[in-house]
Amino acid sequence: MATHDVRITVNGAPQEGAVESRLLLVHWLRDVLRLTGTHIGCDTTHCGACTVLLDGEPVKSCTVLAVQADGREVQTVEGLEQNGTLHPLQEGFQQEHGLQCGFCTPGMLMTGRALLDRNADPSEADIRQAISGNLCRCTGYVSIVKSVEYAAAKLREGSAS
Amino acid sequence: MAPQTTPEVCGMGHSMKRKEDPRFIRGQGNYVDDIQLPGMLYLDIVRSPFAHARIKSINSENALKIPGVLAVITGETLEQYNLHWMPTLMSDTQMVLPTEKVMYQAQEVAAVVATDRYAAADGVEAVEVDYDPLPVVVDPFKALEPDAPVLRTDKEDKKDNHIFHWEVGDRAATEGALAGADVVVKQDLYIPRIHVASIETCGCVADFDRVMGKLKVYMTTQAPHAIRTVLALVAGHVGLSEEKIQVISPDIGGGFGGKVPVYPGYVLAIAASVVVGKPVKWVEDRMENLQADSFARDYHLKAELGATKDGTLTALKIKTVADHGYTDAAANPSKFPAGLFSIVTGSYDLKHAFAEVDGVYTNKPPGGIAYRCSFRVTEAVHTIERLTDIMAHELKMDPADLRLKNFVPADKFPYKSVLGWEYDSGNYHGALEKAMERIGYAELRKEQADKRGRGELMGIGISSFTEIVGAGPSRTFDILGLKMFDSCEIRVHPTGKATARFGTKSQGQGHETTYAQVLAEELGIPAAHIEIEEGDTDTAPYGLGTYASRSTPTAGAAGAMAARKVRDKAKKIAAYLLEVSEDDLEWTPGTFSVKGAPQKSKTIQEIAFAAYTNHPPGMEGGLEAVSYYDPPNLTFPFGSYICVVDIDRGTGEVKIRRFVAVDDCGNIINPMIVDGQIHGGLTMGMAPALLEEISYDENGNISGGSFMDYLVPTAMETPRWETDKTVTPSPHHPQGAKGVGESATVGAPPAIANAVVDALAHLGVRHIDIPITPEKVWRILKDKGAGL
Amino acid sequence: MIPSAFDYHAPDTLDEAVALLERHGDEAKVLSGGQSLLPLLKLRLGDAGHLVDIGRIPGLTGITEADGYLRIGGATREADLERSDLIREKYPILLDTAAVIADPLVRNRATVGGNLAHGDPANDHPATMLALDAEVVARGPRGERTIPITRFFTGLFATALAPAEILTEIRIPVPPPRSGGAYVKLERKVGDYATAAAAVQVTLGGQGEIARIGIGLTNAGPTPIEATAAEGSLRGRQPDAAAIAEAARLAADATSPSADRRGSVEYKRDMARVLTGRAIHKAVQRAGGQ
Repeated sequence: MATHDVRITVNGAPQEGAVESRLLLVHWLRDVLRLTGTHIGCDTTHCGACTVLLDGEPVKSCTVLAVQADGREVQTVEGLEQNGTLHPLQEGFQQEHGLQCGFCTPGMLMTGRALLDRNADPSEADIRQAISGNLCRCTGYVSIVKSVEYAAAKLREGSAS
Repeated sequence: MAPQTTPEVCGMGHSMKRKEDPRFIRGQGNYVDDIQLPGMLYLDIVRSPFAHARIKSINSENALKIPGVLAVITGETLEQYNLHWMPTLMSDTQMVLPTEKVMYQAQEVAAVVATDRYAAADGVEAVEVDYDPLPVVVDPFKALEPDAPVLRTDKEDKKDNHIFHWEVGDRAATEGALAGADVVVKQDLYIPRIHVASIETCGCVADFDRVMGKLKVYMTTQAPHAIRTVLALVAGHVGLSEEKIQVISPDIGGGFGGKVPVYPGYVLAIAASVVVGKPVKWVEDRMENLQADSFARDYHLKAELGATKDGTLTALKIKTVADHGYTDAAANPSKFPAGLFSIVTGSYDLKHAFAEVDGVYTNKPPGGIAYRCSFRVTEAVHTIERLTDIMAHELKMDPADLRLKNFVPADKFPYKSVLGWEYDSGNYHGALEKAMERIGYAELRKEQADKRGRGELMGIGISSFTEIVGAGPSRTFDILGLKMFDSCEIRVHPTGKATARFGTKSQGQGHETTYAQVLAEELGIPAAHIEIEEGDTDTAPYGLGTYASRSTPTAGAAGAMAARKVRDKAKKIAAYLLEVSEDDLEWTPGTFSVKGAPQKSKTIQEIAFAAYTNHPPGMEGGLEAVSYYDPPNLTFPFGSYICVVDIDRGTGEVKIRRFVAVDDCGNIINPMIVDGQIHGGLTMGMAPALLEEISYDENGNISGGSFMDYLVPTAMETPRWETDKTVTPSPHHPQGAKGVGESATVGAPPAIANAVVDALAHLGVRHIDIPITPEKVWRILKDKGAGL
Repeated sequence: MIPSAFDYHAPDTLDEAVALLERHGDEAKVLSGGQSLLPLLKLRLGDAGHLVDIGRIPGLTGITEADGYLRIGGATREADLERSDLIREKYPILLDTAAVIADPLVRNRATVGGNLAHGDPANDHPATMLALDAEVVARGPRGERTIPITRFFTGLFATALAPAEILTEIRIPVPPPRSGGAYVKLERKVGDYATAAAAVQVTLGGQGEIARIGIGLTNAGPTPIEATAAEGSLRGRQPDAAAIAEAARLAADATSPSADRRGSVEYKRDMARVLTGRAIHKAVQRAGGQ
């Protein structure tokens, strides 16, 4: 079985190790690094529970090989909070009831983060479109949209002051 | 109802931010697949490609050669321990692993135990199974024909595929009333197989400690206590004893009914752990989840509704064939093989009704669980709400007028329905009138008429549902004999903070928050200072779990009752501390004070401290209480929904333009959470109305068995729900609450179906079975010459 | 869901990649975005002993206009198409297409070249490229060659690419003034393949007549379909309602869809008609016509 030495920056910290060719990025994050915030919800690249940022773009980590991330930067939900301060999205999800069972939440947060990095003032349609690769079975999405809007407003406020 | 407590105490009526969120928003939830124990092994399952086949042989040789593969478990292995069959919740039997034949596609055939997931998956592929296909029975009507192959050959006396007959109501009187009715409408309906598809699939980690003989199972279960008892009953003969079984339901990524049953995978992981003495993890993948776990619905109905010509509904008769798959593994209360289908008279004051259901075996996976609904209530509501609309069209009455004319009036509650339920409270006119006002019903009807004139298709659909939740009173409600009460245990600590444990298990409903608010309401201790625990059978009091919207009506009520016991004791302590008689004290949330001398008072925190430091002579120390709450009745949440749809005449696509939901779930514990529950419920109501279905071809091959074809809606298909409420408290729940988690799932499908049919009614359309796909609409348009 | 074991190669150059493909023959597969290939491998529906990842080879991405062509690197992500100002301004048909492929997360990985080279008639770009009369550039052991898109799709999941060839670029003739295009897709939900979809690119003549037209259809048969009879019926004609309806009907006649959960043969055929009509209408509008 072929293995590869990889060096992947995860949430800002370099991680090194040997991975089997077929090891999926999501399993490397969850089972090897024990970053279990990234979840698995389907087999067919539909649900988005496994969404992480790969070089800043949200991708489904069940459909990326760990070795494909070699030399790249991965951000997971565990990296959102910085120095004890929640990311405005995290705050927004709690304030606006953007989560219920919490299983899709890490993926939603990462997708939301990439959206806000690109678009500081997304419309409801922009948000709905951006999260359309992330399934949620609990919330009916209404409050998720509000949570992202909350975070966008807060981020704009922060950059204005 | 305005909150009675301050925002600091945060009792009922406050939109408290959820206490569970801090861990979830940081990715620190602890779901079953997150659990990793030292030396843990992985179990993966070989599944049948055939829907009905004899197993000729299973060859594990190649699988066992794969590095990391430790064992292959087959039905024969389990047979040695008499563990190859297990009972279902409906007292039928279900295979853990087959020894003779498989009965549905994707059925478990063998299990591979390996050192990691990858090796286990390779092992599954390498197990060779030789099958001899048998005739497949897919259609439940064909299954009932005299020459149909008998599927349950394991049951010696079984000569057909009929499981049960259940009926309720007066058949003769109903038929008489129908014969005498001015107008009778008849409709066949099929409510298809669907799947809850919680985003977290099912799984467990079984950890058997050989030295202590203790089995700890972390499990995706909505009912940990009942599961523990079932495990003790099923595996008692191999040495598992209830006090040595600890079932832990950690964070659960959505349940919706799908995590009530015991699936073979759980039993296999437990058996493997007991045999090898190491922790064993089994987590199914999505396709296994959709293809093999319990389904919901699959009801074939024939319904008749009678009315006078002025629009008074008089009689309802329903005949149903229920396809249960190869075993009756529904998760109903034992005395209700068709669940609470007898709520089928709905919100209407019907004088005559009769319903019957026949359960049938077919070569499909077992189930008949709920899909975010209280035991077949969705089936009932869909039937009566569709029939009511058909009747309205037949009578050329506005569907709103017909409903308003026939609602059980507010002054008739508690209302005894003709099929035997006592509805606790309701104000049906209030909810529908509010929904009509909010959506602008009259203007929409005008717009519709204008659009029809231009050849455009829009429809307005109403659903005025009555739910029946909170199972249930122990005189009638049990599962495998276990009475369906629920429980709460409260410990108030010396510094006035509290820990409370419940017999239920949240799967996203926010119990850690709402239960704290329930107790805060009763005790005046800030909800922020009340820690809620559930899901560990070693610590939590016994309860039947969370499903059927029962947590608030049962465990929530137990919380209120236990809190009142605490308060009663606190009052005694306060009287002692203030040197007055108990009768001289009055309670405002959090404080006992002397009547007429409010400066003389003791806070609950002071009283709690005294309970451990200075309690009255002759009284036991401490401040704790337990309640096992046996509800006197079920609760009957209700609501009226109105949906507006536009139809694309070229493609047949249905677009929900607006959807207004007015719900009444009695007194509200946390308005924010109630809104969230309704949003989610509406989405899970829309999904089967327009998108989701699992079906089978004539060979029993599943279709819709992955997220490729099982169409869980995204944010793009889901409309922006508009919610509103009325409040009609339950007279028997201690806090007047009713439960809300499933109302919207139950109420939404007929609102949508009625809207689509309404859009096409002028073409003579009276019914379309759900899911209403673009092709179904297109075909109608084509047949009626109304397409593009 | 876990794929069978394979070996992974990440060559730095095209030559190296081609050599790897040659060496491993049938056992090797090109890994581009992986959004079709990896799910297949996870479901164990496909098998590959060796994956040759072209994602680290420089020069395979980019969206530029040069020498009369729009050149899209084979490994260009769908998301890059969506965000390209050039595409947004001059190639609305490609924007339409990229925006409805799978879902936004998948589009951050999925590549335009992969969408074509997979040979899946359910993919969206084949129809678009047929409408645009594109050509693809392939690099193989014997160097580089150009394949007209009309000869690219040879069967179900089969293309004109030789086993050791890699799709390196897509070339689309820069449309003349008064051109417009549209892609109209009917899908059951976001993330689904098309029940049916139509891609139409037109150029209008001086009198507003259709001077040039390309019509491609998605998921309408075992290969992506160019509706040539429909194209012919409109060429030289004014795109009035009757002419569009006639072309749409001819497009439907060109289909041979198979029934599945997305719809019956009859429905899919009729959707090809309806969507073609809508796509023509939109393309003409975008070209500045009526």
